[in-house]
Amino acid sequence: MTDTIVDILIIGAGASGAAVAWSLADTKMRIVCLEQGGWVKPTDYPANDRDWEARATGDFSPSPNRRGRPEDYPVNDDASPIKILNFNGVGGGTIMYTAHWPRLHPSDFRTRTLDGVGQDWPVSYAQLAPFYDLNDRMMGVSGLAGDPAYPPGKIPQMPPHALGRSGAVWGQAFNQLGWHWWPSDNTAATEAYDGRAKCINLAHCTPGCAQGAKASVDITYWPRAIRAGVELRTHCRVRRITTGDDGMATGAEYYDATGKLCFQAAHVVVVACNGIGTPRLLLASASARHPNGLANSSDQLGRNLMLHPYVSVYGYVDQEVDGNRGPPLSLWSHEFYETDPARDFKRGYIFQIARGAGPVVEATTSFEHGRLPWGGAHHAVFRRLHYRRLNLSIVVDDLPEAHNRVTLDPLLTDGHGIAAPKIDYTVGDNSRRMIHHAIDKARLLLATAGAHDISVVDPIPLSGFHNLGTARMGADPKTSVVNEWGRAHDVKNLFIVDGSLFVTAGGVNPTSTIQALALYIADQMKQRLDTLFE
Amino acid sequence: MSKAAAPLPAWGDPILSDAEKRSLAALCARMIPASAEFNVPGADDALIQADVAKSLDRDAAAVHRALAHLERLAGGSFADLDIEKQEGVCATLRAEGGPDLTALGRIILQCYYRDDRVMISLGMEPRPPFPKGHTLPQGDWALLDPVRKRGKIWREV
Repeated sequence: MTDTIVDILIIGAGASGAAVAWSLADTKMRIVCLEQGGWVKPTDYPANDRDWEARATGDFSPSPNRRGRPEDYPVNDDASPIKILNFNGVGGGTIMYTAHWPRLHPSDFRTRTLDGVGQDWPVSYAQLAPFYDLNDRMMGVSGLAGDPAYPPGKIPQMPPHALGRSGAVWGQAFNQLGWHWWPSDNTAATEAYDGRAKCINLAHCTPGCAQGAKASVDITYWPRAIRAGVELRTHCRVRRITTGDDGMATGAEYYDATGKLCFQAAHVVVVACNGIGTPRLLLASASARHPNGLANSSDQLGRNLMLHPYVSVYGYVDQEVDGNRGPPLSLWSHEFYETDPARDFKRGYIFQIARGAGPVVEATTSFEHGRLPWGGAHHAVFRRLHYRRLNLSIVVDDLPEAHNRVTLDPLLTDGHGIAAPKIDYTVGDNSRRMIHHAIDKARLLLATAGAHDISVVDPIPLSGFHNLGTARMGADPKTSVVNEWGRAHDVKNLFIVDGSLFVTAGGVNPTSTIQALALYIADQMKQRLDTLFE
Repeated sequence: MSKAAAPLPAWGDPILSDAEKRSLAALCARMIPASAEFNVPGADDALIQADVAKSLDRDAAAVHRALAHLERLAGGSFADLDIEKQEGVCATLRAEGGPDLTALGRIILQCYYRDDRVMISLGMEPRPPFPKGHTLPQGDWALLDPVRKRGKIWREV
């Protein structure tokens, strides 16, 4: 099989790789996808067993360094306050996301023009809107239409998740302050949808949905793509993309499930390995013609890493709230999302409103923060904390900075001897000022909700799920890695479709935008098939 | 006997020695004692200790280090100290903190708060989330009326 040239070789079977595979399948071209991990069975997910909370820090930890599965690659993130998170397998990060489903705002695509920071994207919200909509239909979104934080036209397929006890407390507090809030769009189905069962509030969405209600691409895009003829090869880790004398990509060398080194020739190579894995692979694909890494004549590959600094602010109320009895994220507030000249920072942030914590998370975090005593007082104190936590996360717009970057570690390797990524990242000054503002507002909100014993975790160390910007798109080959429709400036049959493309990060979870971009690029490729390499 | 024959897992030896088990149980008794008021066992309960002993997993090396440090602070066997001295050692241990104690504490708490008796005492059903799930009050979205009334807040481009 591997000596047969295929039309399209996709590397990575996560959010973007799946969307591209499905979209391109209708061309009837021969498409192969190589994925370093395997399929995950719903019966493997932690919510099936009594140790469900513990396994979220074990074999289903979002940290590859902690998880340490054979398909994981280590990440040297010692030089970053935010640690890199991911999941390697069919579905990629969608196996292990909260299903939170915001879009970027129109202003996110024009930050240079509007606010003088970052760069403008080469695409607009209006251009992506049809692909956001298409992706929403494919993934299935639960939510409430009419959110005044977004332009009209965003219509969720299903009703929102329950407001719950926590949501009612939060909503009243927001209303007292006159601030925006809204039930967050969420891809856990509140009704049976496209073969998926409805959510039954297992409340353990992030480390995989045992019910199958959460839209991970292993159960949304991939079954359709495979039925349409795409071949998905699992446990195949790519070590480098090869190029010919003409500088074009010729295919990829990879280790198959037995550890055998193989080669897959291809007319077109599509990289979908996320904002860390993509620069890692392209840097590891350096050659005499591409000495600084493939598609890196601009020296932008791996730079401009944006991680979305997350800050947790939480407190306790006297009445019982939801705890871990519903999807962890319930509401969002975009009150402080857009730039306000009166503030000392540009751009903005959202509040992600959570329902609460389960008993183990409550006990371990309170133990670590010294809130939960040892000895005879332990039980009474725990009962004042259990199911009484109100917590929110602050997600700030992380602007691109060249020194925040992914390089190859000179020593650390994965199980196949491929160099591991090394992360150098600091939280920027604008983000830092934004965080200070947000913490003050969060404290006010919690106090208005009646919370006491308010604590702040700044930043949350294990929050580096949003790995963005390391192969950004743009019209200028000197300042970007790919063009306006995802094709590498340097290699005309190499495409990138994942979060690496982001020009700015916005202040929201990126998966819906990653997939909308992937569908947009696939559409552009289909429209240009006759002139794809010109 | 078998340790020499089989390579240790990457995360360290998953087996506690008898001496380590004694120290661990004594530490757990100080950390979370039994309570008649709340009708719960202590963390030194035999079932919970058995759960802890088989749950070292990725934290095995950290647990061994934490228990060795406990013995150093105790100047010998922590379990053989009288309760007052044990509490003094515990105060020092907790004041020092560190990742090894965090890992050990996390395992103890993970096992304690999934014990049937403890979950029942908290008003929870002792079961995994799947397949029964949970029910939440739907709430009243009329609470959003002030937000709707205020109108759009997104920025025109």
